Amino acid sequence: MSRRRLRAAVAGLCLGFAALTVHAVDAPVVNADRPMVAVDPAVEAKVNAITAELRCLVCQNQTIADSHAELAVDLRNQVREMVKRGDSQEKILAYMTARYGDFVLYRPPVKNTTALLWYGPAALLVVGLAVFIVVLRRRTRMGADRFEPDPEEAG
Amino acid sequence: MKSLRFLIPLAIFIVLAGFLAVGLKLNPREVPSPLIGKPAPAFALPRMGEPGTVIKREDLLGKVWMLNVWASWCAPCREEHPLVVAFAKRTGAQVYGLNYKDQPAAAQAWLGQLGNPYVATLVDADGKVGIDWGVYGVPETFVIDKQGVVRFKQIGPLSEEALRDKIEPLLKELGS
Repeated sequence: MSRRRLRAAVAGLCLGFAALTVHAVDAPVVNADRPMVAVDPAVEAKVNAITAELRCLVCQNQTIADSHAELAVDLRNQVREMVKRGDSQEKILAYMTARYGDFVLYRPPVKNTTALLWYGPAALLVVGLAVFIVVLRRRTRMGADRFEPDPEEAG
Repeated sequence: MKSLRFLIPLAIFIVLAGFLAVGLKLNPREVPSPLIGKPAPAFALPRMGEPGTVIKREDLLGKVWMLNVWASWCAPCREEHPLVVAFAKRTGAQVYGLNYKDQPAAAQAWLGQLGNPYVATLVDADGKVGIDWGVYGVPETFVIDKQGVVRFKQIGPLSEEALRDKIEPLLKELGS
């Protein structure tokens, strides 16, 4: 190896190290909501899917996926940890309901305490339809004299 | 009977208005805790001022105690604090503090300024224990019985009424 080549190689190595150190200083962007390690798209997709099912308790009516509240950030990190550990969605949702109750679920389970929530609207619709039908049928049975005459007949 | 039929819409209106009135008074921020009646979540946290001392859930079994979640950055905590100080002094209740996601120096200064009613303050720097306890709005206060079961939870600042009408009778009942 010639001297010149050696010098070039050393210079190259130095540059390489310099680039590495610059990178090392730059790399750990401290952002509470971002994982410190490389983002795994599969994990993030799962985290997003799960946190979109969860209600943020600080700013209600937002999901934990949407919210910027500190607790939502913490809970997202918690979900991310659990996903990485390989926990199933059911397990993670159960973990959240054990702590915050069914209220955190945007789709609460059907059980005795939530029956009114799930079946109430349908029951109201049935009652409304029943009243409507009864009224209509009564009217068909009424004589013509019970109604105001049509305008042209009256004219 | 037929003559009273015109009252039906009025009756429906009154029932509906009744429901809406109750709904208006409910506070949607007060989510019932699923922890009531369940064993308190496990924890092992350093004691404020003595990082070497760790306090665990098991250490507190056999006594009735209160857990008051607070932070120096929390404005309602400042409002609530004098009540906690007075209550602990008057009743001798065993109140433990849970310092939630706070800076140690700021927390110490806060207690120095406003008084320290706590038997001990547990430091939950990263909020993990807070999550286990379902804490979502500081301040929050729990009452835990001798068997380590959560019996009561107050969401938001304690009021004089809550302390007098709910917590004090409960502590008596539990035999603190």
